[in-house]
Amino acid sequence: MNPEVRDESGIGLDVDENVNQFLTFMLAGEEYGVDILRVQEIKGWESATEIPNTPDYIQGVMNLRGTIVPIVDLRSRFELERIDYSNTTVVIVLKIKTDDSEKTIGFVVDAVSDVYNVSEEQLKPSPDFGSGVSTEFVKGLATVDEKMLILLDIDHLIDADIDINQSAMTH
Amino acid sequence: MTIDISQFHGVFFEESFEGLEVMESELLELDASNPDTESINNIFRAAHSIKGGSGSFGFNDITNFTHVLETLLDEVRSDKHKLNQDEVNLLLSTVDCLREMLTAARDGTDIDQAQVKSIHDELERALGNDSVTEAEAEEDNVVDDNDSEAIASALEWHVHFAPHLHLFQTGNDPLRMFRELEELGTLTSAANLSKLPPFNKYDAEECYLSWDLVLVTEANEEQIKEVFEWVEDDCELSIEQANQQEASNVVNVVADKAAPISEDADASKVEPIVDKKKAADKKAGANNESTSIRVNISKVDALINMVGELVITQSMLSQFGEEFDIKNIEKLNEGLKQLERNTRELQENVMQIRMLPISFSFNRFPRLVHDLSNKLGKKIELKLSGEATELDKTVMEKIGDPLVHLVRNSIDHGIEMPDERLAAGKPETGTLNLNAYHEGGNIVIEIVDDGAGLNRDRIFQKAVDRGLIKADEDLSDDKVNELIFSAGFSTAEQVSDVSGRGVGMDVVKRNIHDLGGVVEVKSEAGKGSTFTIRLPLTLAILDGQLIRVGTQTYIIPLISIIESLQTNIENTKSITGDVELYRLRDDYIPVVRLHSIFNIACDSAKLNDGLLVVAEAEGQKIGLFVDDLLAQQQVVIKSLETNYKKVEGMSGATILGDGTVAMILDISSLIRLYREQAEYKTSSAMNNQAA
Amino acid sequence: MATILTVDDSASMRQMVNFTLKGAGYEVIEAVDGVDALSKAKGTNPDAVLTDVNMPNMDGITLIQELRKLPSYRHTPMLMLTTESSGDMKSKGRTAGATGWLVKPFNPEQLLATIKKVIA
Repeated sequence: MNPEVRDESGIGLDVDENVNQFLTFMLAGEEYGVDILRVQEIKGWESATEIPNTPDYIQGVMNLRGTIVPIVDLRSRFELERIDYSNTTVVIVLKIKTDDSEKTIGFVVDAVSDVYNVSEEQLKPSPDFGSGVSTEFVKGLATVDEKMLILLDIDHLIDADIDINQSAMTH
Repeated sequence: MTIDISQFHGVFFEESFEGLEVMESELLELDASNPDTESINNIFRAAHSIKGGSGSFGFNDITNFTHVLETLLDEVRSDKHKLNQDEVNLLLSTVDCLREMLTAARDGTDIDQAQVKSIHDELERALGNDSVTEAEAEEDNVVDDNDSEAIASALEWHVHFAPHLHLFQTGNDPLRMFRELEELGTLTSAANLSKLPPFNKYDAEECYLSWDLVLVTEANEEQIKEVFEWVEDDCELSIEQANQQEASNVVNVVADKAAPISEDADASKVEPIVDKKKAADKKAGANNESTSIRVNISKVDALINMVGELVITQSMLSQFGEEFDIKNIEKLNEGLKQLERNTRELQENVMQIRMLPISFSFNRFPRLVHDLSNKLGKKIELKLSGEATELDKTVMEKIGDPLVHLVRNSIDHGIEMPDERLAAGKPETGTLNLNAYHEGGNIVIEIVDDGAGLNRDRIFQKAVDRGLIKADEDLSDDKVNELIFSAGFSTAEQVSDVSGRGVGMDVVKRNIHDLGGVVEVKSEAGKGSTFTIRLPLTLAILDGQLIRVGTQTYIIPLISIIESLQTNIENTKSITGDVELYRLRDDYIPVVRLHSIFNIACDSAKLNDGLLVVAEAEGQKIGLFVDDLLAQQQVVIKSLETNYKKVEGMSGATILGDGTVAMILDISSLIRLYREQAEYKTSSAMNNQAA
Repeated sequence: MATILTVDDSASMRQMVNFTLKGAGYEVIEAVDGVDALSKAKGTNPDAVLTDVNMPNMDGITLIQELRKLPSYRHTPMLMLTTESSGDMKSKGRTAGATGWLVKPFNPEQLLATIKKVIA
């Protein structure tokens, strides 16, 4: 839950070439992890401005120090049951890489959890979930401290929809 | 004292390039048979400045080159030389050549000497000289001059100097000259008072004295004469050498040789001093390139004013802080509001600095059209309008090439040969309009020609040949025309070097798309074509009208708004399902319900409860139905594409005073959205009927 | 220190001239053409005037002519900066009341030497 956690992790923990650090968060009882190097900041939920005629999981846009950042409701993106936002609801702002640019996008999650070191060996390919999170967003699974983490491939989290080539100019 | 003159190069290049632009545009407008005196003066002055500057800053090849140009222009100016159109074209090439020479000097690159020489020679021919350049001859003389100075030894000179009465009135002073002579050697002087008038007739402003001077110096006669150079016509002067036989030969040779070249030799004398610095100068010049931006002084003044206000607000606020009293809370709030306003204005105005008039981009076209039409034997008149329309510097830089391509295309493929035009009953001279204006959050640039128009059949056939469409496809004219933007499409029967090989309209379209813009073509056979580019003003500021629908705030660009009115239900007419029309005087305009088009909640769906904002884009008026009008304010347009994507109906977003985001509506995109939804509704209604 | 009124329509020449003069310790009043110079001249009394000849609005020759009409400028040294080395230009300058001239191109050293000719 501590937004400073990213800074500490870089200094305090051993950094091995084979070891990546993941920030984890909770979503409908599961623990998900994202590459900590992609985390730009973690902030509390503030209301976003709706963008008309966009998919439901686009919560709207927020002002992040002068730039306009879209906010994605991750529960909704994963087709999980939506819940009302509370005071623990946080927005994790991530840097997403597309083919030719970098975008900053906020993801609404239930709560931030922890930071873990995950080595290459700990990373297992994900089985087909059957339902829930589509495997295309998942980089793999890892078991750390007897907990199972679902590590997300965040670049693929958006290319299904937020696609610059899919310009609205083509009419 | 040593001064590094390379520090002035930046300004020199900048003003020289500006001078060339002046020359170019004056030349393009010039009627060779009856040249306007003021135009010739302007052209002359520009050349003259470049010559003067390049000489002073050590770019001697440019000085020599410009010298011939200046001489020719001087003869034109004084009616000694009559210009013809060929010579005007030569002058235009000279401008190009100078531009290249300046660029090369600035960047420290090489330049095509043969081309410089050939234009130089042509200018000489126009002057009636043969092609041996004077500069070469001059240089030889200077070498002699320098050599001979070294030979001279101390000699005694007798100087008689009798100034005319009015000498003082030219600001000259004999004492200053004597001081100067003293610097050359040992001076003794004797004043002759014989011409002094009686005291009552004495005029303190006149010079009655004359002098006999003896100077012992190593300097030669020229150097002594130089001291009197400014007064030689205002005095009797004789300079004689006391012991003639010893060195007079040397001195005379120098004097004779130096005489015909007079002061021009000075140019060459400067050279060695400057030469050493040349390499360093070039480097410095190259680094200064194009990272700067020229800002209209009025924008700077506006900023200074705002900073002034900010300082006042700040001092007022700190006063409250020092002796805070709860009674002043009202005033404090006022001060904070003022601070907020100052800050916002300051931000907006700083953004304005990046905005430049599109004339920077349009300026190159008169020349382009002139050259191309000459080359193709076409007659074309170029009309520019909206040159003051501002857009962001970055957008301007990137739109340059696509614009050139479209203009070339219109000249090459659009406008017909004069005989074809006459045969078609059109004026012999074709017209090309370049037009820019703001529309909503966009800048619109139109390239309009009155040429033959696009050949629908040929485009269609070609598209079929290329497999882009099927032979039996039923396409509207606009759809067919749009095919020219498809990859690899070229309808010219011969690929000409004018429109460029390899680069097609598809690249133009892609470049414009990359800027977040669109390009469209409208064409009518025999009447001409119009290419319309719409570009977002990504960093622009616009005057906006804030409106409210339900809980949402949107911004409508003020420039798109015609009027806002209380709706009267009696003026509304519903046709086919969901299409509503509103009678506005003699017009029927479609009612666009923002709540329904954006699928959001509103206060009331009853037209009588809300307001209708009449807006216009692309010649289409619509009535936007909203709950309420809020404030009007300037807003900074922020791109939605940076982190998201283009959103239909929006030109971007902005951040309001309270930090929240509000969407900026784009009327033309909104009209498209409305049409699509209307079509969808109509077609699904029809489908339902069919089922 | 002496004050010099410098007049040139070319920004780079102005920059060079003024920088050189200021570097040598002179006070400089800048003007961009004859009209500008004339209006600035009226409020001051410089020790010398240094003017370009070919300028828009009012050229250097006319400027010198006009300045000489002002009582406080009757004896002020006025120098022309000119690329035109022809005798014609010089005699025009002299008739107008110019003290002397400096032929362009010149370098900063030449400029200072010329100024020293007219200012003690």
